[in-house]
Amino acid sequence: MIEVKNVNKSFDGNHVLKNVSAIFDDGKTNMIIGASGSGKTVLMKSIIGLHRIDNGRIEYDGRNLPDMKMKDIRVLRQEVGMLFQGSALFDSLSVLENVMYPLEMFSPMHIQEMEERARYCLKHVNLEEKSFQLAPSEISGGMQKRVAIARAIALQPKYLFCDEPNSGLDPKTALIIDQLIHEITVEFNITTIINSHDMNSVMEIGENIIFINQGVKAWQGTKDDIFHSDNEDLNNFVFASELFKKVKKANK
Amino acid sequence: MNIFQDTGRYVLLMKRVFVSPDRWRMFFRQFPKELEKLGLQSLPIVIIISIFIGAIMTIQTKLNTENPLLPTYSTGLVTRDTLLLEFSSTILCLILAGKIGSNIASEIGTMRITEQIDALEIMGVNSANYLILPKVTAFIVMMPFLVIFSMAVGLFGGYLVGVFTDVITTADYLLGIQYAFIPYYVFYSLVKSLAFAFLISSVAAYYGYYANGGALDVGKASTNAVVNSSILILFFNLLITNLMLN
Repeated sequence: MIEVKNVNKSFDGNHVLKNVSAIFDDGKTNMIIGASGSGKTVLMKSIIGLHRIDNGRIEYDGRNLPDMKMKDIRVLRQEVGMLFQGSALFDSLSVLENVMYPLEMFSPMHIQEMEERARYCLKHVNLEEKSFQLAPSEISGGMQKRVAIARAIALQPKYLFCDEPNSGLDPKTALIIDQLIHEITVEFNITTIINSHDMNSVMEIGENIIFINQGVKAWQGTKDDIFHSDNEDLNNFVFASELFKKVKKANK
Repeated sequence: MNIFQDTGRYVLLMKRVFVSPDRWRMFFRQFPKELEKLGLQSLPIVIIISIFIGAIMTIQTKLNTENPLLPTYSTGLVTRDTLLLEFSSTILCLILAGKIGSNIASEIGTMRITEQIDALEIMGVNSANYLILPKVTAFIVMMPFLVIFSMAVGLFGGYLVGVFTDVITTADYLLGIQYAFIPYYVFYSLVKSLAFAFLISSVAAYYGYYANGGALDVGKASTNAVVNSSILILFFNLLITNLMLN
């Protein structure tokens, strides 16, 4: 479980996160949603430790990240997997080598065991054997996301972060990636935090949704609660399109 | 960002770079690749530039010292000392600052803007150490070989002038390049080149590592890397020359 308590973050006097508190549960797909510039990416990067917060607490199962030394943060990060918006695969390595990389850095496994584990992870995200030796630039965006998920779960993380996992993907592939993340979260009981403004994802897999508006946590609930919320900002954001307005009407 | 902030950030980055790697196995896997990329792949440009500069220097020295009072071997001697003292260390490093500096800055800069460095950090890897240490050490290891190679090829370029033109005889040239040879000049040149290799690779890595934004910013990082490492090469050339030859 990750618990965020009264987190504030400013950049050159611009107060981006204002006293944000939230709990992200184990085995659930926790989603941070909000409009562009609302502060959701800053919140995620602060939780991971890529941004140093001004004050507040970020607890990973009781371990407060801002109090930790760099050495301890590195150890903690070995329990973290992350799926980046652009996949962030290493260009110089093949698909298989990308997934083996965290194992080579941190696991005591023998090289053959590492390869077996990497192959297992790649197969788990439904990638075919023939793509294993290809370079990341030789595979599609959807396949790159799958490789990135395989790399993120290679070390069996306790915490999984996904930054806009569906950006640049067609709706069908996006749905597959969403379901994959959800399956992995439940199967391995991971604390997953997804940063998204894709309403399809929210409706598909959002179990614990946190709505950030102008740096403030404006709402928290499940995907079912959204339909009954009277939060005006949330409604304006989620039901901006005609399609979702109709979906809301149908659900009411 | 002012020069003091840049210097401070550079020193802090180097502090992260020069620590024991998380996994030596990964370092030794990366190190030979960098030797090949930064060293061996620079050989063609070193050969081409050195051979032409050696030849041109011989012709110009001969044409500008047409004096019966000067001994005939003086052309070879001047060519040799110029190559040994300045060209094969300083000028060659200025040229390599362009090739290697832009290569390192753009490679690391692209990794930065495509979040690959963030991915390393999230995994708990010391990204500065993992990415920069093999490059800096490989370039430092390869530089003396490139310098020695440049000296030899440059002298050979001058020799070719004797073979293919009437500007100088090969006998005079060969006598000149052997006359009053001071081995310390080679040592001085190698010391300089080691310092320049560190400057080129580390300054370029610094600009690449702290690139932010998009492709345009990677281009800016590359330009800054080349310009600033060139200026530093000239400054340290003066400093080392004053220390070692004065």
